[in-house]
Amino acid sequence: MERLPDLLIQEAPWAGLVMGNHALVRAMIEAGTMVVSTYPGSPTPEIAEAITSIAPEKRPMYFEYSVNEKVASEVAFGAAINGHPSAVFFKSVGLNVASDSVVQFGLMHIEGGLVVILGDDPGVNSSQNEQDNRHFCRMSYIPMFEPATPNEVYLMYLEAARLAQRRHMAVFLRLTTHVCHAREKVSFGQYIPQEFDWSPHFDSSKEGPYIAITKTVFPMKARALDRLGLVEAEGDESPVNAVLEPNGVSASLGLLRGVISASLPAMSLMENLKDSGAQLRLLKLGLSYPLPRKKILDFLRRHDEVLIVEELDRVMEAEIKMLAYDNEIHCAIFSRSDEFLSGELTSSRTMQILRQTWPEIFTPKLGRRTVEASVVPRTPLMCPGCGHRAAFYAIKKALPEGAITVADIGCHTMGSFEPYKMGEVMLCMGASSGIGSGLALGNRERRVLSFIGDSTLFHAGLPGIVNAVQYDHDFLLVVMDNGITAMTGHQLNAGSPEGGNISIEDTLKALGVKHIRSIDCYKKDELGTAVREALEIKGFKVIIAQHPCMLQFSRKTIRKLGEMPGLMSIDAEKCEKAYECSSVFDCPSFVRGEDGSISVHRELCIGDGSCRPSCPHTALELKKRKESAR
Amino acid sequence: MKEANIYLCGVGGQGIGMLSEVLIRACMEAGYDVMGCDTHGLAQRGGVVQSHLRIGEHIYTPLVPDGEADIVIALERLEAMRGALEMLREGGSVIYYNTTYQPMRVRSGAMQYPSQSDVEETVKKLNGNLHAVELEGLPDPRMQNVALLGRLAELELIEGLNAAVIRSVLKSVLPEHVLEKNLEVFSRASNS
Ligand SMILES: Cc1ncc(C[n+]2csc(CCOP(=O)(O)OP(=O)(O)O)c2C)c(N)n1
Repeated sequence: MERLPDLLIQEAPWAGLVMGNHALVRAMIEAGTMVVSTYPGSPTPEIAEAITSIAPEKRPMYFEYSVNEKVASEVAFGAAINGHPSAVFFKSVGLNVASDSVVQFGLMHIEGGLVVILGDDPGVNSSQNEQDNRHFCRMSYIPMFEPATPNEVYLMYLEAARLAQRRHMAVFLRLTTHVCHAREKVSFGQYIPQEFDWSPHFDSSKEGPYIAITKTVFPMKARALDRLGLVEAEGDESPVNAVLEPNGVSASLGLLRGVISASLPAMSLMENLKDSGAQLRLLKLGLSYPLPRKKILDFLRRHDEVLIVEELDRVMEAEIKMLAYDNEIHCAIFSRSDEFLSGELTSSRTMQILRQTWPEIFTPKLGRRTVEASVVPRTPLMCPGCGHRAAFYAIKKALPEGAITVADIGCHTMGSFEPYKMGEVMLCMGASSGIGSGLALGNRERRVLSFIGDSTLFHAGLPGIVNAVQYDHDFLLVVMDNGITAMTGHQLNAGSPEGGNISIEDTLKALGVKHIRSIDCYKKDELGTAVREALEIKGFKVIIAQHPCMLQFSRKTIRKLGEMPGLMSIDAEKCEKAYECSSVFDCPSFVRGEDGSISVHRELCIGDGSCRPSCPHTALELKKRKESAR
Repeated sequence: MKEANIYLCGVGGQGIGMLSEVLIRACMEAGYDVMGCDTHGLAQRGGVVQSHLRIGEHIYTPLVPDGEADIVIALERLEAMRGALEMLREGGSVIYYNTTYQPMRVRSGAMQYPSQSDVEETVKKLNGNLHAVELEGLPDPRMQNVALLGRLAELELIEGLNAAVIRSVLKSVLPEHVLEKNLEVFSRASNS
């Protein structure tokens, strides 16, 4: 089979089974995108993985993992105003971080064109909210494409890049989780390698102003609005905004009904309409902002009843109703009920919307019988050997009664779950220092401890730390340092030894943090003592709890040696069934037998030994895997 | 079967990615239009992982609707039970590898891990067919996914999705150094 990295840069057209994220990379390459930047976050990491799977000397673009989404956007913008076609991508909430810069993009002349790719997450598959980033295009006067399938991801990136280059502007491409991860056969075009022109084309005297401030904003905004008008006119004609008739519409039909939709819900509707045979028209919007008002008005005029099916907020709906009101349209416009403001509009849920709207057309299907049975939940957890687990175990034992713990984003967020319960409040990346500072104000009774990961520290953690230094806020910050951006799939970051290799300890020292201790997470007693001592000190203090990501380490070792050399074993004579290892330390490698005995799961245990200090009866022994019987 | 929904599930780290990759390509080789989607939760390891695979001409979305899977393929017993309860249509088939990964509540003694007969009972209530797979002396537990593929091929629940097709996809997908052992496991599991 052809390997993906080869296919991505193959010059001849090809067709293959790919996920949306990979189709996007082929589109970037065909479009001649010169600069691509990102900060990792689901559902977009596979875009970066595909780009970096191409060896650097063959990779037809500059790519970087920037320190956060804002910097990634600024890097792409800087390259784009220098004439180089650029793109930046990140997850939904990444736009909150980037938005201070991104909302300015609409005001600028962007010579090379810039595509801002968003990975929204309706249904909250792996994010801290399900925010609807369509609001941002309205705030920043930036057009938005919304592909619904991997094929459309490919085609619409090409469209978006062309539009961005032709009109020298920024364009949003909004993907959602199951568009990014959907897989289907996609036909790609030819890739014609070109010698990139890296000469700097930035010219503020000709294409400026680039300084938006006070009154200079008005002409810039006027230009942004003009551009939007031109894009809207294109959208009115563009085939990406299409009227579909999956079952035809016979002339004898009494009432004419239609649906307006975009993104994955439009595909759910296609499926529902095909299944039911209903003769409805579907106006599917691919270029959804600015709304193609002419096309929509025409659609409304041609129908008696129109339903609007959009995922998350009532964004299109509000504008379409306004449009209908202003134009005295008499078509009835229906909307979803409030229960559908949340979650994905899968084909089953879209069918429910259709049934609620038109019960006479969409009759209920006989559902499957419900079977009562309780199934044990399988909650997300840290991997065997994870340094975070060892640290949580030690810290929990060291914390005084009533202490308040503040979580942050990363694998260590899972410390907030049972059985550790380390971390009781969380907002977003890097917020734990600020929250900890506030919780400590005037608080003499309860000690405060905040956690933060190494990638997060550089991403958005530094301002909170600087602030804590300035005001000497009275809390303990524990940096959960595994040297990598683990949760999103092991991307190198500013602190990673093979990445930026910036020392966290030196950074904190330079910022003036007075009390810093670096301790290996596996050293339970030392870490516990350090936490107790630190909490005695008034003011701001930091413990760096270090241990490399053991999933990454064990993967590498297994690739080299075929298996992990060590394996934990339990000395049955010594074990008094205290269950400290299995229930309190809670490594998933421990297995509870029906008789209450504890054993070790060979496939899960990596022989790291981090559990050993947990046993009060020293029954845990590290053995050589080869020597311990199956 | 001209149209089918296949739902795959297991525990993170068991190799569901390879299983779904081979299966979706095999369906394509067998001449079907395919659409699929892998999903995973927060955890890198040990959480529930799922993959959706849909074949047929009128498929527009990648996710198998709840209760509409014709086939549930599970890499683990508890996930087979969950997969059947949430996803299986009445009269559908469940194929699972009979291995166990205890979740936290079982490890702590708060809840019972399901027995094989618990899974049987659940599937029976849905008039489904159940196939438990367990191969003696697997060279590596990471080949359990290939054993499942073998059983699937033997059953040929989907027309054309047979041992020859799956074997040829395995050959193109698996790295050279593990190919031979995997093909052995596949032959054993598929009786071919
Ligand atoms: C603004 C923002 N960007 C990206 C993410 C996605 N994200 C979730 S966890 C995580 C990893 C953080 O890495 P680190 O702080 O090193 O913690 P680790 O996972 O390694 O424990 C990221 C980037 C997010 N939630 N929010």
